[in-house]
This record gives sequence, C-alpha cells and structure tokens, in this order.
Amino acid sequence: MKHAKTATQNACKLCNPLGACLAFRGIENCVPFLHGSQGCATYIRRYLISHYKEPIDIASSNFNEDTAVFGGSHNLKLGLQNVTQQYRPEVIGLATTCLSETIGDDVKGILREYKKEQMNAAPMPVMIHASTPSYQGTHIDGFHGAVHAAVQTLAEQGTPQQLVNLFPNMVSPADLRHLREIFSDFSLPCMMLPDYSKTLDGGPWAEYHRIPPGGTPASAISLSGSAIGSIEFTSILADAKSPAAWLEEKFGVTRYQLPMPIGIRETDRFFSLLETISQKAQPEKYDDERRRLVDAYADGHKYVFDKKVIVYGEEDLVISMTAFLREIGMVPVLVASGGKSGLLKKKLQELVPDLEETGIKVRDGVDFVDIEDEAKLLAPDFLIGNSKGYTMSRKNDIPLLRIGFPIHDRFGGQRLHHLGYRGTLELFDRIVNMVLQQRQDDSEIGYTYL
Amino acid sequence: MEQIQILKDREKQIFEKKDGGAAFDLSCETTSLSGSVSQRACVFCGSRVVLYPVADALHLVHGPIGCAAYTWDIRGSVSSGPELHRLSFSTDLQETDVIFGGEKKLYASLIELIEQYQPKAAFIYSTCIIGIIGDDIDAVCRKVAKETGIPVLPVHSEGFKGTKKDGYRAACISLMKLVGTGETDDISPYSLNILGEFNLAGEAWIIREYYERMGLQVVSTMTGDGRVDAVRKAHGAALNVVQCSGSMTSLAQDMEKKYGIPFMRVSYFGIEDMASALYDVAKHFPDRPDIMEKAREIVKSEVETLYPQLQKFKAALSGKKAAIYVGGAFKTFSLIKALRSLGMSVVLAGSQTGNSEDYRNLKEMSDEGTVIVDDSNPVELSKFILEKEADLLIGGVKERPIAFKLGVAFCDHNHERKIPLAGFIGMYNFALEVYQSVMSPVWQFAPRKGGQK
Repeated sequence: MKHAKTATQNACKLCNPLGACLAFRGIENCVPFLHGSQGCATYIRRYLISHYKEPIDIASSNFNEDTAVFGGSHNLKLGLQNVTQQYRPEVIGLATTCLSETIGDDVKGILREYKKEQMNAAPMPVMIHASTPSYQGTHIDGFHGAVHAAVQTLAEQGTPQQLVNLFPNMVSPADLRHLREIFSDFSLPCMMLPDYSKTLDGGPWAEYHRIPPGGTPASAISLSGSAIGSIEFTSILADAKSPAAWLEEKFGVTRYQLPMPIGIRETDRFFSLLETISQKAQPEKYDDERRRLVDAYADGHKYVFDKKVIVYGEEDLVISMTAFLREIGMVPVLVASGGKSGLLKKKLQELVPDLEETGIKVRDGVDFVDIEDEAKLLAPDFLIGNSKGYTMSRKNDIPLLRIGFPIHDRFGGQRLHHLGYRGTLELFDRIVNMVLQQRQDDSEIGYTYL
Repeated sequence: MEQIQILKDREKQIFEKKDGGAAFDLSCETTSLSGSVSQRACVFCGSRVVLYPVADALHLVHGPIGCAAYTWDIRGSVSSGPELHRLSFSTDLQETDVIFGGEKKLYASLIELIEQYQPKAAFIYSTCIIGIIGDDIDAVCRKVAKETGIPVLPVHSEGFKGTKKDGYRAACISLMKLVGTGETDDISPYSLNILGEFNLAGEAWIIREYYERMGLQVVSTMTGDGRVDAVRKAHGAALNVVQCSGSMTSLAQDMEKKYGIPFMRVSYFGIEDMASALYDVAKHFPDRPDIMEKAREIVKSEVETLYPQLQKFKAALSGKKAAIYVGGAFKTFSLIKALRSLGMSVVLAGSQTGNSEDYRNLKEMSDEGTVIVDDSNPVELSKFILEKEADLLIGGVKERPIAFKLGVAFCDHNHERKIPLAGFIGMYNFALEVYQSVMSPVWQFAPRKGGQK
C-alpha cells in the first residue's frame, strides 16, 4: 500500500546551520556562532562530536522570549562580546537559524552597529555572516553558504600569483589531508577552504586550547582573489552560491568545476587539471597509486560485478560514488539524496551516460522511509551511505557500507578516505571485503581462502 | 601556562568551597548567558528527553528538519515491545510553510502518520518557529484527536521560551493530560509509579524488578519502556517514586494535588542511595512489614555479591580525583557518594539545571576545595579539570572530548549510555567503567601525563 507522504520520516538530511558550523570549524582561530536558540548550538555540537570525537565549541546568542519579540540585537552583541573575551578568536563565523531569520533580524545591520560600538575595544575579530535558515535547503547549503560568505568577506584583489583555491566540498579530514598532500606534491600552493583536517582530527593537548589548532588562516583566504584558479568539487552548486564563481566574476580567478574525484575517471580528470594548472607532470607517486588501484580493480572485479546497491547521501557525494560504482561493474539501483538542487539526475547523466539503460533510479528530496520502500522493491545487495541508514539496514537485513557523514556507530569515520586514487582504493577494498564477509558468513563450509 | 579567565557575568554561577570563603549564594535557574557556549540545550530538548521513551506513541516534531534529525534515536531508552519512539518524524517546514503557516501540513502529517503507524497517542512538539508564525497547534491536535480517536497532545516546547527545565514542565503537562483516563480496577493498594526513570540500557527493568520482588505492583514507569495505557492509569498507584527529580517532580506534584498520591524523591545510583530508595519506599507501607523484610533481603543479598567485587576497583582508584558535570543536580549527590565508596574524591561538581536547594546540599556534602558550577561551559570545565588535576570526568557526549584531549579518563553518565548504571548491578558497571578508563595504559602517551608533546 502506498501512503500519501507529507511528513518527513527518518530524515536523510540535516539542517542548514550544521553545515555552516562545520565549514567555520575549518577556518583558523574561528568560533562558529549560531544566532538562535541555545538548543541549535548544543544539538549540532553533539551531532558533530559523535562523528569527529573532537571538542566543537559553538556559541549561541541564546534567544529568550524577549529576544524573539524585540529582536536579537542585544543578545547577539552581548554574545559576540563574550565569545571575543572568552575565546579571543580572529574570526567569528556567524550563522543564522530559522528563529532569527523568521523574526527578520537584520544581522548585517546589527554587525555594523556592533563594530561601531566596539571601535575602541581590544582587537575585533573578523565577522563572517552566513544566512542559513533551517527551513531552506539542507546542511550542504549551510556548508557552501559559510564558505561563500568567508570568501566574500575576506578575499582581496591582488597581483596574480601561483596559488590555487580549492573548495573541496564536505569531505573527511583524511580526504582534506590527502588533498593537501597532492597539491604539495605538485608544488602548487593551495588555499583550501574549509580545512578542518586538524581541528576535527587533531592530536592530544599538552595544554588547554580555547580553539583547536589548525584551519585555513583568514590571511590565506584574503589571497584567494589573487589566485590563478579555483577548483571546486561539485556538480550541483549554483553560480550564485559558488565561491569559485564569485571569485571569477569579481577578480577574474578562473573557475574549474569538477565532480568529487572518486573513481579512476574522475580522479584522472582532477590530476590532469592539476597538470595543466601547474604545468608539471603528475608525480610518479600518483602513477603508482593509480596503477595499484587498476590492479586492485582487476583482482577484485568478479566479487563486485553486477552487485546491486543503493547509494544515498549528499548529492555531490552520490553523483561521484555512482560514477565509481559503474566503473567497477556494480549497479546502483537507486541513487538517493535528501538534497534537492533539481540537478541530481541531469548531472548524473553527464557522468553515467547509460543511466537510463542500466535502470538506475534517481530520487532527490527523499527520507529514509522512502529509501526503505524502494529497497523492498529493488532488493539491493548492499547499502552505501552514512550511518543513519543503519535502521533500515538492520530491519531489512541489507549490509551497510558506511561512508561520508555522519558515522555515529563505527569508529574512525573522520579518518576514512574517499577521494583520489588512494581514497578510491580504500573504498574498493572495503566494498570487496563486505562482499567477502557476506560470502563467508553465508557459506556453510566456511572457506578460509576466498 | 596562562590562566583561563572566567566571564564576569558567569562568576555568580561558580563557587569554590573554602574556609571563610564568600557566603554561598550560587546563582542558578537562569537562562544561559549569550555567547558563553552553554552545555545546555533548549526547551524542546527538555520535553523531548522526557517523552521520548514512550514507545507506543507517535512523536511528531513540528518545525524545520533539524530538531527532529538531531533527536532521532538519540537516547539509549529501550522498549520491551513497540519501538515507535526510535523513529524520527518531522513536518519538515519549508519557507512557504513559514510564510503561509504550517497548520495544514501538521494536520496532513498527523492523519497519515497515525494511519500508517497506529499509535496509542501522539505528542506534537512545537519548535521555535511555531512560536513565531503562530500555528494553533492546540486546535489541530483537538481536530485530529476527534477524527482519529486517540489522544493527540500538544507539547509547548518552543526552544527559546525558557530553559530545558521549562521543557520538562511542558512534557509533564502533556503526560498529565493522559493520566487519569484509564481504568484502575486491577491496581493494588501496594503499588507505585516509577517516575523520572528512562530505561536507559534497561535500567527501569532492574529497578522494577526490585520493587516487584518486594511485593509491590508497578503501575507505570514514566517514561522508560513507557506505554500510553500505563500512563493513563497511573493515578491508580499508591505512591509516586521520583528519580531525576528535575524533570518529573512537577508531574508528581500535579498528581498529588489532583489524585492525592504522595511522592518521594529517590536515586538509584550507588549502593547507599539504591538501598535508601528501597527502604524509603518500604517505609511508605508500614502495615506490610513483609515489604520492608523483602527490601532488606534484596539489599543484603545484592550487597553481599557486590561488595567483594568492588574491592579490586577501590584498591586501584583510591585517592583519584573526579570532576562531575551532568544534567541534573540530584544525580551529582549520588555520584559523589558512589565515588567516595570507591575511595575517590570529587574536585568539581556541577549541573545544567540544578536549583538553589540542590546547590546548597551539594555544598554541604562537598569536600573543602570543591568547585561547584551551574550551567557551565567547555572553557570553565577545562580550567577546573586542569587546576584541580582531576583524573576522571563524568559527563555526557559533549564533555567527553574535553576529557580525552586533556588526557583525563571519562565515564558517560548521560542519556546515550548503553550500559546500565542504576541499581546494584549498575554500581558494579559504573565502578568497572571508571576503572577501565582511569587505569588504561593509554594515558602514558598523553602529553599532560608525561607523553611526548
């Protein structure tokens, strides 16, 4: 029986401000600040901590009834003052919520006033303001919104220099470290934003840190206007929301839009772009990585061929994952996302030309109950996505391979690789092992060689 | 190392017990200071945690997606039957709903969800935005209740309308609407309701079994392993036994007023408090000496088993220092006693929602030098953990990384725990968990404990 569906059940998305807080964590000496109720900050902290296992302080203007009636100006200013005093940040990443947006707070105006009032006070942090009402879009919009706002606030015109901006999208700290390494191996200076590779996957503390060390410095973001190019890993980000598009229009920085480099073909595309920009050949290390990956594909191809999977998550992630899964002979019977850019199917078709013939179903704006309903019809062998799919995985006895964010029920989600030849190899190993484990578990004989 | 500064407006909420120190007047029960990075959540959170374990009710969050997404399957509250509470339902309001109102979407959502899941009742949580756009959720609830024949209860939990405590209150008001609507014919005069016990990792079952062994009938547990029908007939019980007093005392008071049911506050953590709980309840039924007799037997046999088991932990943990920062102040009392029974001292004790009386008691039972904090934040907690050289922090998910970054052991005593810490067996689990974390060899590598910097 098909039920009419109005309510969202087991959401396959998070709210806008979460993404903004995550992105702000990737700016050095920055405190994320939510203009809204105390709960927004606390819930988002808890949610992020359960994945990253790192302290994540998010300040809140802590609305009360008076604030809601008379406006958030007083609370916001007081909060900014207290955060400045307690954390001594260089940057405050201010994101709004459904509450402050609905009452119509003029945050830009309040910030102007605040700056005027605090003129004579001790050093004033840079304020980056992202508008992130929770009733619009999903966490990925907040993520891009914060990066966009950071670039708009900080980027300056300058003499063009050997520098590339990289907007890596919402990927793991391990992926960010790998991307840094790649740029460094190409001897290509890079302004990567955000970079929470240290702030959200750092070492133990010898002493207390108000703000965890790491992140992209504001001064580096300022230079993004004088870069020779910007690379953004996205297929669906609209021009109006793209920091790379803004930098191109404002400062003439060439924009290169690529899907996330997952799988050989998409990673080739990325490395070939790096070769073009750097005018250097790909370092041998990556030739080797690619060779190992091709070799692994050969070794493992029979295990994965024609296996049916459902892949879900942020649109950009599932687009690249689908391209990768097709390249190893798996069949993503459903590609699903809680996001709804309206471009998912179109962009998938560009990467997977046989989308229709293969019978790959594409659905955006879905929740986990929709995906579960599909799973019952499509009978996939596996699910691939974040750990929120575990409920349906368990209920329907379909194994789940955990990738992306959040991973709340396994250890080390922050250290999973997804990007490049290296990340693809890690994904491929994990997929093959999942098949092998299932074969072994299902086998009456219990083979010790597989 | 540089001194960590406390915000001026926070000073009133911090107290250090010292001879001849300032008179005790800890400020509490206020809203959190803007920009202070409180560990508290909001009104909605208070309601959501209290009602969440009612397993055969529909819990629909009316608002944008975040509030429902972040509370999906969030507590370790287990159910012996239906598990509707472990799903996440939201009206997922969009911009057009905010402009034109969300009542229609709420109505349609309720009708379809009730049809699909056949719940015994529905709780509708108002979130911040509902308080602004002015949806009349009471009217929608009345209409749906009439059409579907089940109780449809609005929970006025707009995030900004107070603190987490106001959320507890809103939840109790909703529960109170269910209480008194069921039959009470089969209820013995020797009966009770277990209030403020959320069945984390099956804790309510442990407690329930003790009471049943004493010969008492447990009419309802609120809300652990909760059922709508049990709540409906809770007014038939002879006694309300309230744990987690911050969240549930108001319901007990309402039930006392309306149905004349007396209530008592208890705690199930630690040997001392667990035993007192059973004795205090037994004392309530003086005409049945066998109940007290059974209580004594239970305590005796449980302690006989437990006591020798704890000695190994005590030998290892004696002299270690603990910091406690939890949601409710009442729990800190039990934890201080439990830690003392393991030979440990407490150097920092605090809560998100304690009241003046709680903090006065806390001060009384604390050692000299103990720091007491209300509605604290990561900076303050770190400051005192370092200054007081704590070996262990007891808290929840948000406190955990603070401890681990600083090379300090940690025990999760929050609502996400998966190991029962209540009851006598819970004391064993607690001691084991503290022992396993404090004694782990991994700390030798922590820079603050002599590891490489």
